[in-house]
Order: sequence, then structure tokens, then C-alpha cells
Amino acid sequence: MTAEKLTVRDLQVAVRRTGQELVRGVSFDVEPGSSFGFVGETSSGKSLTCRAVISLLPVGLQSRGDIFYGGTRLSGLSTRELGGVRGRTISMIFQDPLAALNPMMRVGDAIVQVLRAHDRPGRGRARHRASAEGAVELLERVGITDAARRSRLYPHEFSGGMRQRVAIAMALAARPSLLIADEPTSALDVVVQAGILRLLDQLRREDGMSLILVSHDFGVISGACDQLAVMYAGQIVEQGPTIKVLAKPGHPYTAGLLASLPQHGRTTPLVPIPGSVPDPASIGTGCAFAPRCHLVTDKCRDAPIPLLMVAPGRVSRCLRWADVREPVSPQPSGEGRHTVVE
Amino acid sequence: MSSDLPGEPLLECRNLTKQYRGRPPSRLLARGRGPDGGVRPAVLDVSISLARGECLGILGESGSGKTTLVRCMSMLEPPTAGSVHLAELELSALRGQALRQARRRIQVVFQDPYASLNPRQSIGSALAEVLRVHKIVPGAAVGGRVASLLDQVGIPAGWGNRYPSELSGGGRQRVSIARALAAQPDVLLADEAVSALDASVQAQVLNLLRDLREQTGLSMIFVSHNVHVLQYLAQRTAVMFGGRVVEEAAAEPPPDWQHPYTRELLASVPVIGQPLTRFGTAGASAPARHDLTGCPYRDRCPLRLDRCDQQDPELAEVASAHRVACHAVVAQAAKGPAS
Repeated sequence: MTAEKLTVRDLQVAVRRTGQELVRGVSFDVEPGSSFGFVGETSSGKSLTCRAVISLLPVGLQSRGDIFYGGTRLSGLSTRELGGVRGRTISMIFQDPLAALNPMMRVGDAIVQVLRAHDRPGRGRARHRASAEGAVELLERVGITDAARRSRLYPHEFSGGMRQRVAIAMALAARPSLLIADEPTSALDVVVQAGILRLLDQLRREDGMSLILVSHDFGVISGACDQLAVMYAGQIVEQGPTIKVLAKPGHPYTAGLLASLPQHGRTTPLVPIPGSVPDPASIGTGCAFAPRCHLVTDKCRDAPIPLLMVAPGRVSRCLRWADVREPVSPQPSGEGRHTVVE
Repeated sequence: MSSDLPGEPLLECRNLTKQYRGRPPSRLLARGRGPDGGVRPAVLDVSISLARGECLGILGESGSGKTTLVRCMSMLEPPTAGSVHLAELELSALRGQALRQARRRIQVVFQDPYASLNPRQSIGSALAEVLRVHKIVPGAAVGGRVASLLDQVGIPAGWGNRYPSELSGGGRQRVSIARALAAQPDVLLADEAVSALDASVQAQVLNLLRDLREQTGLSMIFVSHNVHVLQYLAQRTAVMFGGRVVEEAAAEPPPDWQHPYTRELLASVPVIGQPLTRFGTAGASAPARHDLTGCPYRDRCPLRLDRCDQQDPELAEVASAHRVACHAVVAQAAKGPAS
């Protein structure tokens, strides 16, 4: 199936009982065949946003807003109609592959189950054999060697990285055209992570699939995604081409995150963002980042800040985006290597 | 800063081995390692030392034995073989009261501060308890010391009667650090102490630890899977794989890492602004070998020699303050001296 454009408009996710909003008006587009990254800290709403796209929100949460995939409106589909979309059109993988795999089922059988749920060629034994061969092919495709033998193993007999490969094979079984990967490598060691990220990239290119990747790690998103959205307190605060956003952030939160990361070859002191992520209940009407922002003005606190155009294809939810610089330590280090900006 | 190791070791382990399951192979206990086919220990024949005022980083992926090493060095777990020394004391020979008293001098900060703090105890009371148990200050001075400890880790002194649940993750980790400092330890062991924290908060805790080291001369072993965190904090880093230290080098001048595992690890770390094709190595990654003969990394090693099957390589000096446990690298270094 060829990929189509995913359009999300004014998506809101709220706690059903209290009405408390966890995702507050998120809009984005994923172009066919492209890779789109969400980056943000805990409770920024990045995972909920992605789950809402295929209506897999945790119990007790509800979403509003418009979600289109090509010509199909996904928001408002019945559970039955969604069943035809999930897996076949849009598929999802999660941080913990064990949660996606049935511990009592051989991984080959688990993949066969997906193949048979979505394809209906022939009947009986021939169909089963076709599916079993299909499962082995899929395992080979995700880089599992000796796939015929390993398809008869159980999930606990695989390492973490191999399990994630199995989960990816399952997600790809029905040839979806959009894959959503929610922190797929966060539980894995870096050597294994590199392999999984390269696999996802290769599969995307070969199949012309679109990819949405969620991560808290700028390095992962930077390597794997064309487009980047930075989320904070349930909103996209900055969005644009990954390389451009990282080279010159247009929001003080993005700049603050980059300045607080220990990075390759960095010797200057880290500059933490003061304070911590706000409790969703305590967010006021103005900018949610205002209490931690060194550029804050009275205007920031008065009214909601819209996404402002920074450059073609780039937006920032900051009135002072033109003033954003990488923050430097108030106490310059003894080396005097960095100069104070402003 | 000199790249030579400063002074006498403060905390040291010699030929430390920790085996969890089954009986350790007898020959292993007798002389380091032998060719038995027993279960490979979590930590195998590791000797490492921490100098006073130094921050030693231990880098490794899950299952490399880094946490086990730290637990043994703090005597939270008795080593199966080998010894642990704190200054003049042999910790691994102590028992009972003597061990409890010595243990005060090594304090540990764990990954999850919520699991290591009592949810029903206010943070002030948690700190006061440490001060009383170890009789650090006279009873009348406890309140004042609690306030100054909180101040030292950047928590308002008036927060003493708050509970862990009222603090953020970063705040809780600061309390864990304050509680460790309350015992006036000689050594702080931090096991993945910032791994559970969000990026913006992680920097606060890293800066706190760096300030403590620079201002109070605190000696520290910092265990992490994050290369960049150790580059920022550690003056010397030991890389672990399969229960062994495979490479060890001082941070200044930036070392030219030699062990093929270290190189694979460093090549796999995503670097901001670098495309995906630049990192990672092709092919499936074989796990560490769990037998006792030979190098644990040999199954995926591009430099593998015949000798690697029979003999576990020992750490050997390849440059000043830089040791590598690899037959191929050491042979290469012996042939032509490294520039």
C-alpha cells in the first residue's frame, strides 16, 4: 500500500472524568514516505498524540480533533472500522516489545496470526503454509538470521533487541504505509539501538512507508527524522526540518534542552533549564514554558501564544523567537572558551 | 591536569569476582581464571582503583557487570573472590559491627530515587536519621546540619518537612545525594544516578555532582551507560563488557580508544546533527560469551585472533594512563609504538 499524507488538526486529549487536558491542540502533517520525529520530556504529550492517531489511548482518556489519512477521516471511525485501519494501514510499535508479544505463542505463529487476520488468499493447509513462509520472510527482513528455526522460538528466548525486531516484523506483516514507533529503542543498549534505527530507516525507504518516531533523545531523532516537532506540556512548541531546528532553535525550550545535554566533545558547563515540567493542572492561560524561560515578558503570560512562522516550513510558539540563543552558563568556566551572547 | 594517577588509591578492588548462581569453578577461586566450563560470573577478576578526589566513570551496557561491581565495592554484596580495600581497611575481610561502621564511608546513590526514599518519611527526617545513626553531629545540631545539607544540594532549607511525593524526580535525586553526603562518606558511588531523569533536570544533578567534586574534593565512582554523561563528569573511565574491564583511560588528554568493543560502542552513540548512516555497525550483535576461556567479545570482534579463543586478555598499558585488554591491540602496540 502506498503511503498517504497524515493530517492532524487541533488534536486534544483529555482525562474523561476531570476534563483535564493533556494534549492541547496539536496539529501536524506527515508527508507520504517521510519521517517525522516527536521529541519531548516526560508528560509532554508526545506518546498520547501518537496513540490518539490510531485511537489507542489508555482507558479514561478521550480525544477530540480531526485526523485524516489520505482521504479517510480516522477520527470518528467506529471500533470495527478502525480495525481495518490498524495494522493494515497504520501500525505501531512500543518501547517494551514483550508487551506486544504473547509469551505463550511462538513468534512465527504470532506473525502468522497477523498475516491471516489481514490477508485472505485461499483456505486450509495451503494458506497456512503460505503464511508460515511469509512469517519467516518477515523475520529475515528485519535482520533475524536463521529465521526458519527462530520462528519456532518463544519471545523469552530472544534478547531485547531481537524481540524489538520481532515486534517490528509483526507490525510490518500487513504492509502498513505508516508506522508509528513510540520510544522503540529507549530500553535497548546503544549498539542494539543503532541497528534498530537503521532497520527502520531501511524499511521506510524500501517500502515508501511513512514513519513517526517518538523519542526523548535528540540524537536519535536527529539521525532518523526529516521533520521534528518539539513538545512541551501538551503542545508543539517548535516544528520544522530537523537539521535547521537543531542548528538554530527558534524556541527557548529547544535551545534550553540542547544546552542541558552532555554532548560529544563538550567541555563547557551544562546549563540546566531552571525548575521542572509543569503539572497539567497548573498551566495558566499564557505560555506554559514562561515560568522557566529567561526571555519571558509580561505578554507571554497574558494570552495563549500561537505558532508563529519563523521561516518557510518552520514554526515556533514563542513571541521572542528571534531572540533565542543557546543559553550560556552565568559563571563562565575557567577556560573562558565561550563568549557571552546578548 | 596531569594524566598520571594521583596519589594512593582510596577505594580499590583486587581480582574481584562475583558469581551469583551455582558453585564457582574451583580453579577460578584458586588463581583468577581457569578453563572450566562453569557459569560465567557477573564480574570476573576485576582490579580497579579510585584515587582520592577523583571521579572514575564506569561505562557499559546492560549485563556488562557494572552495577554488580559497584555493589561489591560498597560491600552491599560480598564478592565471591578477590578483595575490596578502603584506604588502610580490607572491607571484604570485615564482618558485623566493623563492617557496618566502615560502610558509612561509602555511600551509594541509586537510579530510582523514589524507590530509595521512604514515601512515609519527610526528607528532613530521612537526613536526620542518617546523622543520628552514624552520630555525625550532636543531637542539638542535627536540625542545623539538615538545613545546610539541603542547601548544599540546592533544595530550600524550609522544605525539610516535605515528602518525596511532593518533589520532582530531580528534587528526589538531590535528596538522595544529600542523604548520601549526610554520612560524610569518603566515596560516593552513583549507579545510573541521572538515567531516570529528564534532560533538563539531568543537567541540574550533573552540575551538582561536578560542583561537589570540585568544591569538596568528593571522590566518586559514577556508573553509566551514557558515554556523553561520563565524558562530562569523569576524569578516568573504565569500559566494561561481559564482566571484565576491557579498557581504561584518563579523560585528559581525550583518549584514543583502542578496544574494538569501545569503538563499536562509541560509533553507535547517536550524535546530534549527524545522519543515521554515520553511526552504528552493520550486522547482528552477538552477546557476550558466557564461558570462562577466551575473550568475551570475540564473537563479534573484527580483530579476532586464534589466541582470543583460548586466553582471556589481561589489561595492558598501551599509552600513559591507558590500558586495554585485547590481544590484537596489544600486539599491534608492541610492534609499532603508538604515536
